[in-house]
Amino acid sequence: MKKKMLVLSIAAAAAFALGGCGGSGTAPESSGGGSGDKDGGELYVFNWGEYIDEDVITQFEEETGITVVYDPFETNEEMYPIIEAGAVTYDVVCPSDYMIQKMLENDLLAEINFDNVPNVDQIDPDYMKMSQAFDPENKYSVPYCWGTVGILYNTKRLEELGVEPPTRWADLWDERLSGEILMQDSVRDAFMVALKKEGFSMNTSDEGELQQAKQALIDQKPLVQAYVIDQVRDKMIGGEAAVGVIYSGEMLYIQEEVASLGLDYTLEYVLPEEGTNLWLDSWVIPKNAANKENAEKWINFLCRPEIAKANFEYITYPTPNKGAFELLDKEMQENQAVFPEREALWNSEVFSYLGDETDAIYNRLWKEVKSN
Amino acid sequence: MNRERKAFSLTGQGLSLGKKLLAGPYLVWMTGFIIIPLVLIVYYGLTDKNGAFTLANITAIATPEHVKALGLSLVLSFISTVICLVLAYPLAMILRRRGVGQKSFIVFLFILPMWMNFLLRTLAWQTLLEKNGVINGILGLLHLPAQNLINTPGAIIFGMVYNFLPFMVLPVYNVLCKIDDNTVNAARDLGASPFQTLVYIWLPLSLPGIVSGITMVFVPALTTFVISNLLGGSKILLIGNVIEQEFMKGSNWHQGSGLSLVLMGFILISMALIAKYDKNGEGSAF
Repeated sequence: MKKKMLVLSIAAAAAFALGGCGGSGTAPESSGGGSGDKDGGELYVFNWGEYIDEDVITQFEEETGITVVYDPFETNEEMYPIIEAGAVTYDVVCPSDYMIQKMLENDLLAEINFDNVPNVDQIDPDYMKMSQAFDPENKYSVPYCWGTVGILYNTKRLEELGVEPPTRWADLWDERLSGEILMQDSVRDAFMVALKKEGFSMNTSDEGELQQAKQALIDQKPLVQAYVIDQVRDKMIGGEAAVGVIYSGEMLYIQEEVASLGLDYTLEYVLPEEGTNLWLDSWVIPKNAANKENAEKWINFLCRPEIAKANFEYITYPTPNKGAFELLDKEMQENQAVFPEREALWNSEVFSYLGDETDAIYNRLWKEVKSN
Repeated sequence: MNRERKAFSLTGQGLSLGKKLLAGPYLVWMTGFIIIPLVLIVYYGLTDKNGAFTLANITAIATPEHVKALGLSLVLSFISTVICLVLAYPLAMILRRRGVGQKSFIVFLFILPMWMNFLLRTLAWQTLLEKNGVINGILGLLHLPAQNLINTPGAIIFGMVYNFLPFMVLPVYNVLCKIDDNTVNAARDLGASPFQTLVYIWLPLSLPGIVSGITMVFVPALTTFVISNLLGGSKILLIGNVIEQEFMKGSNWHQGSGLSLVLMGFILISMALIAKYDKNGEGSAF
């Protein structure tokens, strides 16, 4: 929380400087003395927290002589004003699908010169196609990680309650699960669950459909134990609840943790039948990047199969890199929670940016759910 | 004579310059951390996305969900303030009568938890109150039924009382210490019952401490969002949570600032009310 507040105040200061001070004044200071003895220049990277294997950064620096300045962010919404204000100039950023679309619409991104990124052919064409939902001509982004949102359930707890394992979002409205449900505490994710359950698109801006979803969430509220974000993982491992809505990337960690703690229950992951959110985090280059060519080298480096594999093993979120996928052992390749079959995803969608006005409607309806 | 006076006035000037320099850091502090942020909040609160003047961010408080959140915040923080006062007053009375060593030890015990971050302490309570948490574990060992403690309004009130109690104890205790024993003895000599002594002597004389205690508990309780997030499971929306959502999830700084201004209004009103009682109290006491 504190960290977020700090970022907010920095962003506030940045917004009020109106970008007048430019990149030099407020650029991150951690570049340090290393830049002097290496002649490859610098690269300012802005990525999610814990979203890269640190050794990969070192290897990149050794190979290219480029000094990397690496800063993490926690949410897309926190990252956006910082890039928009332009007071800190990052060369390469890794936002999610809908946020890339918003950045594109507000003309904040530069076209990637793919002549400098030959390794992009390692990315499975399916994900390039998926990217077209927010980057129609595949000109601005290179996929890095992807995943789904699904239901995690505690087999033993469900047995005790006499409830069969969930297969659909609608199962989260089962009254026998009262006080046993953990929902996501974020506007779009919570509405995604309700909209999909009602059979609507998760990208709807139709007021009637949204009202119906809101009502569904209000009906569900008495059954919900808590609305949480990252805590779903630990609460489920601790056996606090029977079912929880969770990101697929957490699964490997959870499976390992359950095994190493020697718990007497297992946690399973299911993709709901109604379809779910398919998300994609991709590398983009902001328009005001000072070291665009270095950024392209960075992206190219990360697309190299061995590197992508090292990152996958560290982050545990599915990789769109087919070269890296082939390097994995068979058991991992067949882990349905991590790499679900394509057929299971036919009715899943990627979030798109709906515009500020629709965002405001979502926010208002979410407050109505919460205050009810 | 003349020279003497001159020298004197010179030192006087030097002194006042020194005094001004001493005030410098406070001036910087107040401008940088109080005035500029306030101006920013007022600016954001009274403008829309395009920078045009609007009152919409202020009037937004009238929507049902905001009124509900504000009402709930007022109720919960009022209850926890009353509980804090009821707990703190007798404790302060007890403390007053203890010897110096014991006194400072008990006060030390109250301040000790504050050495640790408030967020961590609240997180610890989450672990204690959880369904499979420590308290229910102990109840289970004693073959007592498990209690549903967390994610209720009660848990939020508990968190507020726990976190803010020292802020009530200390000012009340400080004021009670200053009351002369002779005043109390005189009242008893003149035939006042213990209850009459409490109502006519103790309470009026300790009112300033009670007032500052109430302010120091009520204001942070009214604006908190962390306690309701952690101990309420985000199921209970307080006005602090609404403002947090506007900033962190809605990227709508204008709405968030507007609602903050309304909340500041409520705090000012309650402080004005309390200050009024304070004055009356002091007037009648002396």
